[in-house]
Amino acid sequence: MARTTPERKAVRSLVWLLVIIIGLVSANAASVIWNEGQWTPRLALDLQGGTQLILEPQLEETAEVTQEQLDQAVGIIRQRVDAGGVTEAEITTQGGRNIVVAIPGTPDQSTIDRIQSAARLDFRAVLAADTASNSALNPADPAEGDTPAPSTSPEPETSESPAASGFDGVTAQTVSTTDTGDTEPAEEAPVEQTPQPEPTNASDLNWITPEIQQAFDELDCANLEELGTNVAPLDEPLVTCDADGLVKYILGPAEVEGSSITDATAGLVASSTGVTSNEWGVFIEFDGEGTQQFREVTERLVALQGIQNQFAIVLDGNVISAPRTISAITDGRPQISGSFTQDTAQTLADQLRFGALPIGFELQSQENISATLGISQLESGIIAGVIGLLLVMGYALVQYRALGGVIIASLMVAAVLSYFVILYLSNQQGYRLSLAGVAGLIISVGVIADAFIVYFERVRDELRDGRGIESAVEAGWKRAFRTILISNVISLTGSIVLYVLAVGNVRGFAFTLGVMSVINLVIVSLMTYPVLRLVARTPFFSSGHPMSGLDPKALGAVYRGRAQFRAPVATQKKNAGSTREAQRRQTIAERKAAEADNAGKKDAR
Amino acid sequence: MSMLTRFGNGLYTGEKSIDIVGRSKLWYGIAAVLLLLAIGFTALRGGFVFGIEFRGGSEFRVSEASLVVEDATAATALATDVVNANVEGSNPRVSTVGTDSVRVQTDQLTPEATNELRAELAEAFDVPVDQVTSSFIGASWGQDITRQAIIALLVFFAFVSVIMTIYFRTWKMVVAAGVALIHDVVLTAGLYGALGFEITPAAVIGFLTILSYSLYDTVVVFDKVRENTAEDGAESRRTFAQSVNLGVNQTIVRSINTSVVAVLPTAAILFIGSLLLGAGTLRDIALALTVGTIVGTYSSIFIAAPLYVQLRSNEPEVKKQGTRKKAPHPESGAVR
Repeated sequence: MARTTPERKAVRSLVWLLVIIIGLVSANAASVIWNEGQWTPRLALDLQGGTQLILEPQLEETAEVTQEQLDQAVGIIRQRVDAGGVTEAEITTQGGRNIVVAIPGTPDQSTIDRIQSAARLDFRAVLAADTASNSALNPADPAEGDTPAPSTSPEPETSESPAASGFDGVTAQTVSTTDTGDTEPAEEAPVEQTPQPEPTNASDLNWITPEIQQAFDELDCANLEELGTNVAPLDEPLVTCDADGLVKYILGPAEVEGSSITDATAGLVASSTGVTSNEWGVFIEFDGEGTQQFREVTERLVALQGIQNQFAIVLDGNVISAPRTISAITDGRPQISGSFTQDTAQTLADQLRFGALPIGFELQSQENISATLGISQLESGIIAGVIGLLLVMGYALVQYRALGGVIIASLMVAAVLSYFVILYLSNQQGYRLSLAGVAGLIISVGVIADAFIVYFERVRDELRDGRGIESAVEAGWKRAFRTILISNVISLTGSIVLYVLAVGNVRGFAFTLGVMSVINLVIVSLMTYPVLRLVARTPFFSSGHPMSGLDPKALGAVYRGRAQFRAPVATQKKNAGSTREAQRRQTIAERKAAEADNAGKKDAR
Repeated sequence: MSMLTRFGNGLYTGEKSIDIVGRSKLWYGIAAVLLLLAIGFTALRGGFVFGIEFRGGSEFRVSEASLVVEDATAATALATDVVNANVEGSNPRVSTVGTDSVRVQTDQLTPEATNELRAELAEAFDVPVDQVTSSFIGASWGQDITRQAIIALLVFFAFVSVIMTIYFRTWKMVVAAGVALIHDVVLTAGLYGALGFEITPAAVIGFLTILSYSLYDTVVVFDKVRENTAEDGAESRRTFAQSVNLGVNQTIVRSINTSVVAVLPTAAILFIGSLLLGAGTLRDIALALTVGTIVGTYSSIFIAAPLYVQLRSNEPEVKKQGTRKKAPHPESGAVR
């Protein structure tokens, strides 16, 4: 059988569909093999349970947490959880004090960190630094630097090895800070001056009061958390360690705060020569005020010598890096590098973007939690869904006869496609299926089937107008596709808007809606239409067999003797509007004529 | 061929016609009555019953209960029964936590009721009372979610309105579709209010599903209307109302088929869910979706279309089309 163009096109569409399905299946197989994926979609909290994390606020003794702070913290934590995928976590407060986060599955440590750490970032000038006195600590291969002497070597070192960081901009390396770790610029001198003069700026060594000096001397980075010296008001100096516990610092008051950050992204740091290194960093963008503050700080620091040339980037009381200031930063876009991995850089960027928690939290307990709805709801939902689908198939067969078969086949392919898309998203995006999601999928059966119904009804309309079957299939498609396209484009746009703007459960809904709109379009154009094109060529359909669902006689088309209908109208669509209207009138006129011939019927009007 | 097909044939040619646009007052009347009933019953019941996800509530925790270790399902069932027996309509949410604890969340209870329930739970689980702790929990669907959802919905409507206005080349369809949309959502929500179903996050997602379905269905019907009215030149023998009415008539068969197909699965969930599980989230959602789908289909035809005609009836061009009503082709449209 020589293939005609429409037939070739139809086959090509079906091949594309097959390619898409195979692609999806292999993508899933790949994630099963290499990425701990699985062959069933992951379920949400309501159906499967998960892990409940109780977070307790870390407060100074007398402080009380306000409702406002809690609400704000819940909002920020929700954004952080959402950033990890469409998980539909449940976040609530308990006893007006704790925050309870329930997330599906078992979170790893990095997820917990992402949720609970306050992510309060500030920039402070370094006043003094020393290696941590903790003897248990191996002062980290201090690489090229001189081995830092234990804390009692306050020799003010002015000659920084300029080779340590040859970047412009604020590139920080923990290495470079350990290099200079032994430098303790004359901070002891001011301590002696008993009448403590007021410090004039944030780098002023007068910040170091005897108490602070004592705290610093006694500081052992191993028990920093217990000592709590790393919690201090923003306008007071801070005594703390770096994140690895290798170097301890006295820092000036906070000069730029994390709240001035407008955006933060993670990426690979470029070296001074513009070559991308494989070191991860976080790129920060300040708002106007932050830019101004940051410029002032760096302008001041760049003129200072030794350790005071450095400023520390402090996250939740720990110095994540303390870069030297090579030049003033005027554009408000510093980058933070240090010992980041891709994950930790991404986490920090997310945390900075959504803002710091108003208070720090500590994980009080982590326990498994069972599903609130349980698997029985899901099971009966699925049983009911299957029964409903069978009913739909039965109805399709009654209504559309053999065409109903096309509906059934299309629905099945749609089901396969949806399953694998959801599976893929579940494996890749952390998508979780909740009961509401399942209900949404079942509703989408109706919407997908509607596309077929719209199309078939248009084809029937064309047959009623007296077209031949093949031509009706084409002409009906042109009209139906417009309708299907616009209605799905509207759904898709809506779902994208909702996904981007909403948080929590609404986001999950938007996700499902959007995915189903796309699947709907794919199925109807790559499956239903080509299949109909192909079957329209079979004798069964083209002769308008009564069981085909496309029987022109039953559809009241103009009938001109056995298997002869009005000659198919050429399917040129350019002047469609007027010719169509002309056809319709002609058709009605013809039908009137035919009715008159029948003579039996009386026109009521 | 089935009856529906013959019916469709008649509707397509205009041989049979259901006067939908002409009887708009009747449809508006029905809608008004239904809306009043929905709002009235909801108000009589004292407004919506929001779940603890929205309002917060009381939380109890039974620790070191041996029953949980042995049979978690029985433990949750027992806890549910205890709460239901003690506090009426408190909609408990029960889960096991860790290996040996049960967590019960209820509506917010008074201190007395709290102590009573603690004692009852301790007795039922055979543990000392001090192993049952209680605390208040906040809303998991907090203000921030609601606020973001409302913002998102407003932007959603703005976007959709713009797309529809561009596509249909008239904003009047957007208004008509919007009214039908509000009608559907109010009716579905009213069903929850009137029956006293608890509004859970799942129910809200159900409303959103209805909202998107309703919009979808109206767009499909309006696209047919657009096609018909666009084909009418100035020389058309049909009035604008007749054209719209014919378009709507021509989509009736599709609307019936679509709503049957959409309702069959949800109705199956409704019946099977109620039979197997009794009251619960699944039944509530299924009811909302079933009613919402039917109403969504109905409103596109009986509310959106007549309203669209009314909105345009004052346009000069449409009026002109109306004056040609006497043209001798009465069979091609609705009687008015």
